[in-house]
Amino acid sequence: MGNETIKVAILGSGNIGTDLLYKLLDHPGAMELVLLAGIDPHSEGLARARDLGVATSDQGIAAVLERPEIQIVFDATSAKAHVRHAKLLRETGRIAIDLTPAARGPYVVPPVNLTQHLDTLNVNLITCGGQATIPLVYAVSRVTPVRYAEIVSTVASRSAGPGTRQNIDEFTFTTAHGLEVIGGAQQGKAIIILNPAEPPILMRNTVYAIPAGDFDAAQVRDSIEAMVAEVQQYVPGYRLTNPPVFDMRETPWGRMPVVTALLEVEGAGHSLPPYAGNLDIMTASARRVGEVFAQQLLSRREVLV
Amino acid sequence: MKAPRLTDTTLRDGSHALAHTFTRQQVRDIVRALDRAGVPLIEVTHGDGLAGSSLQYGFSRVPDLDLIAEAREMAERARIAALLLPGIGTRRELKAAVERGVQVLRIATQCTEADISEEHFKMAKDMGLETVGFLMMSHMRPPELLAEQARLMESYGADCVYVVDSAGAMLPHDAAARIRALKATLSVQVGFHAHNNLGLGIGNTLAALEAGADQIDGCLRGLGAGAGNAATEVLAAVLDRLGINPDLDVLALMDAAEYVVAPIMPFQPFPDRDAVTIGYAGVYSTFLLHARRIGERLGVDPRAILIELGRRQTVAGQEDWILDVALDLVRQQQTAPA
Repeated sequence: MGNETIKVAILGSGNIGTDLLYKLLDHPGAMELVLLAGIDPHSEGLARARDLGVATSDQGIAAVLERPEIQIVFDATSAKAHVRHAKLLRETGRIAIDLTPAARGPYVVPPVNLTQHLDTLNVNLITCGGQATIPLVYAVSRVTPVRYAEIVSTVASRSAGPGTRQNIDEFTFTTAHGLEVIGGAQQGKAIIILNPAEPPILMRNTVYAIPAGDFDAAQVRDSIEAMVAEVQQYVPGYRLTNPPVFDMRETPWGRMPVVTALLEVEGAGHSLPPYAGNLDIMTASARRVGEVFAQQLLSRREVLV
Repeated sequence: MKAPRLTDTTLRDGSHALAHTFTRQQVRDIVRALDRAGVPLIEVTHGDGLAGSSLQYGFSRVPDLDLIAEAREMAERARIAALLLPGIGTRRELKAAVERGVQVLRIATQCTEADISEEHFKMAKDMGLETVGFLMMSHMRPPELLAEQARLMESYGADCVYVVDSAGAMLPHDAAARIRALKATLSVQVGFHAHNNLGLGIGNTLAALEAGADQIDGCLRGLGAGAGNAATEVLAAVLDRLGINPDLDVLALMDAAEYVVAPIMPFQPFPDRDAVTIGYAGVYSTFLLHARRIGERLGVDPRAILIELGRRQTVAGQEDWILDVALDLVRQQQTAPA
């Protein structure tokens, strides 16, 4: 029984789909990648998959639908395409793990709320900034209520593709919403900055949180550090650049204490350069989500047998 | 040289120097004075643009949109502009700002990242606004690369593209070369926004005008980030002496600077040692007060912080790195052999 796996596919052969390909081959866990489907027969991602012995198709979602044994589908296409894919995958009973901003299903951040959504057929990974920062906002809000959380994600220009650039407003809306609904802040705000430095910078995030009332700084610090260790289990390059800082600032709610966490994400460099921590954390989170779903599917299968 | 269009940005760039504390009454008084003195365009927004009110940059005392509405109400001849930085402000705030009276939108990106502004230009044009592109930290890239980015903004619908010396790091020939490159490439207008960190706010603006700039920026008393901007009242006097005064009332602007703005200034922006360091290190002028606050708290020379931020090639809006750098410097001090 221990050798059984759940068959999975990746939709989308761009940067994200290709990086996920490497992660699923390096650490398959309970999953077996059986297909990478794109729509461009000449894409580099499909060529790489073929070289690595993974079946490919340029027929997109149609190729997935032809194979009923595929139970989990990672969608790394676009928000627009995912809206169509979500319907087709749901109708055929597959679990969709959505890496696009489409958000047809609930937001998930693995160490925060993944286990709450194991009965749904579609989950969304929010944004790279959300995957990086929401765990730390949650780390504060689980020990003391958070009145306001604000994050700043700074990514290397080279790691921001045309999708991010043309939809930069969506990054701020979606991430801010995630800070509220998953991070637990009463109010969230997100800022994204592209930095063109050469050599490129690693992804940097700053997380600010204003607790609503009195709190124990040591408890907040411990909670943040514990959460960093938890994220490191699936994103090894996730770390604080300095210990959390506590200071007093002028705010719309008067002079309030502010918790600041300074965070860096170095990519694992599977197919992307190490500076692209913003892409790495998306594919690493997706793999982690897929693994938990796959283990659950396997445990149900055992019960049925 | 022909008479340029002058935009006064006391109520936007000056917001940095006042830590975003402008009141409704201050906005009304300043707009009234500028309007009466013949300034055709007045920018009113949080220093970091629409939705800039934040822990990262400082919260606004009065919401941007309320200040914009006050300004619009007071202006009889002048039009009201707002600034938007994609990544901070979004199309939502853009729409709201237009509803409250904004007539001209200035859209700012780091000078290498013009392609994040396409949606915002399109929406602004669709709403019938005049649009201005703002290439921030323009000293960081050579003229030909800047011209390519300016071309992108033009293709999205910019009616003018500015070379913005956000760090006040340019020398006159740097400003002139960049303006010439944009003039040679664009069919729309070209502007220049100066900071006075190296004492060249007026000098660089003059160099830009000689190179063909169509639009320039000023602030009364130079009230702006870092050592401030080119002072509007000084620009007016200089333009008048050059015979290219665009109908500005020079004496009225001096009075506005003296009696309306000077009394509310917490300090006179000046190329003091920290502000010179900003120009010298080529970092964003708004880092000044944040670097001072954090430097004082952690016992680190703000200049050391600013120089390290320059070495790390920080760009517009990266105030959060100031704390990171300061903490790194404290650690280095502690581990350095005595």
